[in-house]
Amino acid sequence: MKKFLIPLALFLGLVVFLAVGLKRDPREIPSPLIDKPAPAFRLPTLEGSQPFGPEDLKGKVWMLNVWATWCVACREEHPVLVAFAQKNAVPIVGLSYKEIQPQDEQGGKLADEAKLKLARERSVVWLQRHGNPYSTTVMDLDGRVGINYGVYGVPETYVIDRQGIIRYKRVGVVTPQLLADKILPLIRSLETS
Amino acid sequence: MRRVFSSLWLAACFACASLLATQALAKEAVPMAQEPEVEARLVKIAEELRCMVCQNESLASSHAELAEDLRREVRGLIKEGKNDAQVKEFLVARYGDYVLYRPEVKPLTWALWFGPFLLFLMAAMGLVGYLRQRRQAMPAPAALSEAERARAEQLLKD
Repeated sequence: MKKFLIPLALFLGLVVFLAVGLKRDPREIPSPLIDKPAPAFRLPTLEGSQPFGPEDLKGKVWMLNVWATWCVACREEHPVLVAFAQKNAVPIVGLSYKEIQPQDEQGGKLADEAKLKLARERSVVWLQRHGNPYSTTVMDLDGRVGINYGVYGVPETYVIDRQGIIRYKRVGVVTPQLLADKILPLIRSLETS
Repeated sequence: MRRVFSSLWLAACFACASLLATQALAKEAVPMAQEPEVEARLVKIAEELRCMVCQNESLASSHAELAEDLRREVRGLIKEGKNDAQVKEFLVARYGDYVLYRPEVKPLTWALWFGPFLLFLMAAMGLVGYLRQRRQAMPAPAALSEAERARAEQLLKD
């Protein structure tokens, strides 16, 4: 046996571990909510229509996209969602996550009504400027629904099936490639199953 | 004289501090000092939990907004009378085992818990084997001849 092969093998093993470790995105942590029912909620909508909850879309495959006007990465993601919405593949529900930030309340705490009003004004302007891919947007002002969905970085996107089970979660920006390679095929298979 | 001044100065500082403290407390809906045992338990639990945003900071020390929200939730759970395990379960159900600094010992985490010891054991066994092999491979030192001994003694004397 050639002795010099041992350190070489150890070294190559180390290289493999490092290569895999470097390629992984440390922000991507598997969500325990995959294949679990989407947490229930009932929240006021941006449009001011009846409060929306996940049960309203039972029987349909749909997407939930967590966003906010203060979220820089959302601006990057938004055109992708707008283009995707034009295909009318599935309804996309927007979850406006903590639109009112602590710095908005430096002049004093805002009442819930005032918060909702300010959040709506800002979101409407933002969606008018950048396009509105959402069939409806719900206002999660205190971030509690976000916590129930395990949101820790905006934007986040969920695919929910006809039985109301979360089938996919993306932390970070949805790219056209991701839509074409993963999300659309998943939606198709969920719709036929 | 100086002493009097310094003690007056101290008293004034204390007065200011306590005034500020009461003002700060007045703003909060529930003053933290009123429920020290809730806060103590919050800190104890939060030190065992990872902040998902900063990842290398505990929930207790993180200033991220999400950490603040999660502390609010944990505070609420404690007030509801949930025990530590239930509070952790709440967070694990939403964010996964990753939030625990000390993950539960279960088949999925065996590699994590026992892997380092296994590696150490393997390395130790390798080392022992290597040393044993080397000792056997080395020839026993030959005894010195009479002439060599005399020469060594000569060298040592010089």
